[in-house]
Amino acid sequence: MTLETLVNIGLQGLTMGMLFFLIASGLSLIFGLMDVLNFAHGSFFMIGAYVAWATFDGTAAIIPFSDLRFAIALVAGALAGGGVGALTEWGLIRPLYKRPIFQILMTLGLAYVLTEVVKVVWGASGHSMARPESLSRAVDFLGRPFPAYRLFIIALGLAILLVVSVLLQRSRLGMIIRAGVENGEMVQTLGINVRRVFTLVFTLGAALAALGGAAAAPFVGIYPEIGLEYQLSAFVVVVIGGMGSFAGSAVASILVGLARAFADYQLSPLVAQAIIVAVMAVVLLLKPEGIFGAKKGGGL
Amino acid sequence: MSALLEVQDIHTYIGQFHILEGVSLAANEGEVTVMLGRNGAGKTTTLRSILGLTPPRSGSIRFAGKEIGGLPTYSVAQLGIGYVPEDRGIFTDLTVEENLKIAERAKGDLDRKADLVFGLFPDLKRLYRLKGGQLSGGQQQMLAMARALVPDNRLLLIDEPTKGLAPVIVEKVMETIHQLKETVTVLLVEQNFFVASDIGDRCYILDVGRTVHTGAMADLERDEALVQRYLGAVA
Repeated sequence: MTLETLVNIGLQGLTMGMLFFLIASGLSLIFGLMDVLNFAHGSFFMIGAYVAWATFDGTAAIIPFSDLRFAIALVAGALAGGGVGALTEWGLIRPLYKRPIFQILMTLGLAYVLTEVVKVVWGASGHSMARPESLSRAVDFLGRPFPAYRLFIIALGLAILLVVSVLLQRSRLGMIIRAGVENGEMVQTLGINVRRVFTLVFTLGAALAALGGAAAAPFVGIYPEIGLEYQLSAFVVVVIGGMGSFAGSAVASILVGLARAFADYQLSPLVAQAIIVAVMAVVLLLKPEGIFGAKKGGGL
Repeated sequence: MSALLEVQDIHTYIGQFHILEGVSLAANEGEVTVMLGRNGAGKTTTLRSILGLTPPRSGSIRFAGKEIGGLPTYSVAQLGIGYVPEDRGIFTDLTVEENLKIAERAKGDLDRKADLVFGLFPDLKRLYRLKGGQLSGGQQQMLAMARALVPDNRLLLIDEPTKGLAPVIVEKVMETIHQLKETVTVLLVEQNFFVASDIGDRCYILDVGRTVHTGAMADLERDEALVQRYLGAVA
């Protein structure tokens, strides 16, 4: 393997890792803070992809500039995912906080329902979304052409990583989230309404996943099962990184993305998927709480 | 002297277990009220019931003349009740500063209370940038009490603050609670009878989920038979 192939596969791995990160970070925080294992999280990713595509194509007649349309599509996708997320927490999750098993069943069922809804609205077959003009090019990277769109995904992922890190470390809300992941009861006894923070975190997590879906749409295509597929990788990431750990989900996403890319290249995509699960098994055997496992050790 | 907190005949269940079977007590403003009793008598559950963490099924809890039974925990806390749990409840991943800041109920609480907090716990200044998890047990206890003083609390519920601490530190913790009397009312759970009798004004004894004795701390010290019966061989 030459150096340029190595760099190229590395960049591909990073691209994939960033998509995983956008789903996994919310999944992990929601579990850490609320003890909700959200099996509908991939659905938000799917909703983001579909809404972004529908917005991008639907506004083609009104807005001739594809870059602007793409920006609007990203925002629309993230907002749609956040909106459905907020409704989900408020209407379906909140009544079940005292019955966690029912919550798992509820989110699992919701994932299938949302997949069917999408099929009814947009059809069961896949769609493809064009890339905006300025991101359709290839850029020269160490003498080899590399699609600009992938670099965009990497940049977007890094930007979100930075913004959320600053939010978690520097803001009062972030402080409450970090404290709540460790001991939600104590946070309440300080006079803080944890439930309101739950809704906020669930909404933000859903919006991040939807943003990931919107960004992935022109890159991997749009199909109803996209959510379930990416969710599986996201769960692997969350387990490896440590349930409830934001930093852990960031590191594990990149790790899993790179493992995927190298295995894809050397072996086959099917084997690659298996290798990820193998990595998870090794981490669970050596460090069951995950690389950055939260102290309370989320039950999985 | 009026009662700031009045608990009337509360019954609390955890799952199907009837843990509190009629606990009544009152904490007078400006006093240290001590709850005594063997392990499993229901002392911690009483504190948790007051806070709404394990809401009682029946009975009444009044704070500053207002019924608070049935309120969510955060609302109870906002009325001015601070909690120092047995395990101290320090956020290990947050710095000492953040552990204090998170308790602010209004912006600037910590600045306003800096003289009080760091007057009582000067060591915390030195430990300010450390994470909660890096502190010793005694330091965590200090931090937990300091945190409860950051907002304008009128009542502190303190659960076994001396548990697992070295004798020198126990002394320090007790001295601090004695000083707290000038600022807040304290309802204290304490297993160590000698420690409790040093700083308590009134005391309640709980036994199998019921209040079985009420009286002045000083009187209890003289009643060896009672102490023997409910608290075991301490005297």
